[in-house]
Amino acid sequence: MKGPTVAKTEFTFDDLKRILLDGAGADEEIDLDGDILDTDFESLGYESLALLETGGRIEREFAITLDDDVFTDNSTPRALIAAVNETLRAAALVDA
Amino acid sequence: MSARTLVTGIGVAAPSGLGVEDFWAATRVGKNAIGPVTRFDASSYPSRLAGEIHGFDAREHLPGRLVPQTDRVTQLALAAADHAFADAGVAPGDIDPYGMGVVTAAGSGGVEFGGNELRKLWGRGAKHVSAYQSFAWFHAANSGQISIRHGLSGPSGVVVSDHAGGLDALAQARRQIRAGGRLTATGGFDAPVSPWGWAAQLAGGMMSAGAEPERAYLPFDEDAAGYVAGEGGALLVLEDEDSARSRGARTVYGELAGYGATFDPRPGSGREPGLRRAIDTALTDAGCHPAEVDVVFADAAGTKRLDREEAEAITSVFGPRGVPVTAPKTTTGRLGAGAAPVDVVSAVLSMREGLIPPTTNVELSPAYDLDLVAVRPRTASVRTAVVLARGRGGFNSAVIVRAVD
Repeated sequence: MKGPTVAKTEFTFDDLKRILLDGAGADEEIDLDGDILDTDFESLGYESLALLETGGRIEREFAITLDDDVFTDNSTPRALIAAVNETLRAAALVDA
Repeated sequence: MSARTLVTGIGVAAPSGLGVEDFWAATRVGKNAIGPVTRFDASSYPSRLAGEIHGFDAREHLPGRLVPQTDRVTQLALAAADHAFADAGVAPGDIDPYGMGVVTAAGSGGVEFGGNELRKLWGRGAKHVSAYQSFAWFHAANSGQISIRHGLSGPSGVVVSDHAGGLDALAQARRQIRAGGRLTATGGFDAPVSPWGWAAQLAGGMMSAGAEPERAYLPFDEDAAGYVAGEGGALLVLEDEDSARSRGARTVYGELAGYGATFDPRPGSGREPGLRRAIDTALTDAGCHPAEVDVVFADAAGTKRLDREEAEAITSVFGPRGVPVTAPKTTTGRLGAGAAPVDVVSAVLSMREGLIPPTTNVELSPAYDLDLVAVRPRTASVRTAVVLARGRGGFNSAVIVRAVD
């Protein structure tokens, strides 16, 4: 399994925006740089496949495995960022 | 008797032009659009020429959300659909969505997208494959995306029968209108200029190995030695005549007046190929005598056997040198499912201008008794046009397009 040379230890809002844009693009009506932390992904224009693609990209880049229902349980950027960081911390503990 | 089915909007994405006006400006004078393959490194492939659409940036034509989830062929189809609906003057909400559908033809599907994802699958692992591979490769993706974007909730679908599909789609669209639909967007697209697309076409054994853009694809010429492949297609807005009149459609390009399709007999049977019967059937369907036909847009396969079969079918129906024949696709290469819809656009524009676009580069073989419009365009009053298309494996289709006063 190939992973990043140095595994990143924190998943930021900027990471999420970059990955969303690369993997699924952005709706012209939505400003990803605006106040969207608590807006749910559906309202941001991302359907289930867009979230599947986003989850896959996060897993690859951060060398983690997310729960299948991570987007169901975390429907906003703020909640998702928290969930991903929790997974990252858990992975770091296992590695250590 | 059904009301007529009219062409009220057209959109083109072809190597010779993106948009109807650019396309026709190039096509009417036979401007070459075939050149070396630039979309991938084809230097190690036996066929290195293509009709490519240059300068098309999907981000200028599509919403940001659609770009990462679509193959190039779908991006071209969506751009042409935007043009066609704008041309028809139909916006979402103007017509009951359930009265509008879309039927397109596709040959290769999203073969560039699919090829890239397969490369990721074998090169980097399953986790690297895009979630959008689930539908981006699919032949029906063009119809699906057009239907979503333009709010077409009525009967829709896709047909796959190689080049013939470009006409079979139009016929299916007309059926939907005759069954009570008001409007059906229809046409066809292919975009095979990618390693996987090329591999598939090369396997067919009929691609030209020529290196000179103006000598590589020479249908009906003594030197015919295969075809050059190209990318693109066209989308037409077809409408029920009453519906078009009642909403005050601003342009009526013509009528989709007749259609016929046949399948070739088993190879080696010695029976006549099916193309002549397809033409006869389409003429009968249109209630049209062969003498009324002003031009035939040929399939122009570009191999000796297929050229001979097509020339014999045309001569058998219209008589020796009985009708002007042209194949403007010599400027673009063969566009797969996109070829015939582009020819239908050329046919209605020939009517509009009174000019038959030329078959470039070809010197007619003395073996064919055709009145080929070669090298230069020909001025002519065009009221009725026949468009022919054949698909690998034995598909033959013919469409009659007629001027509407």
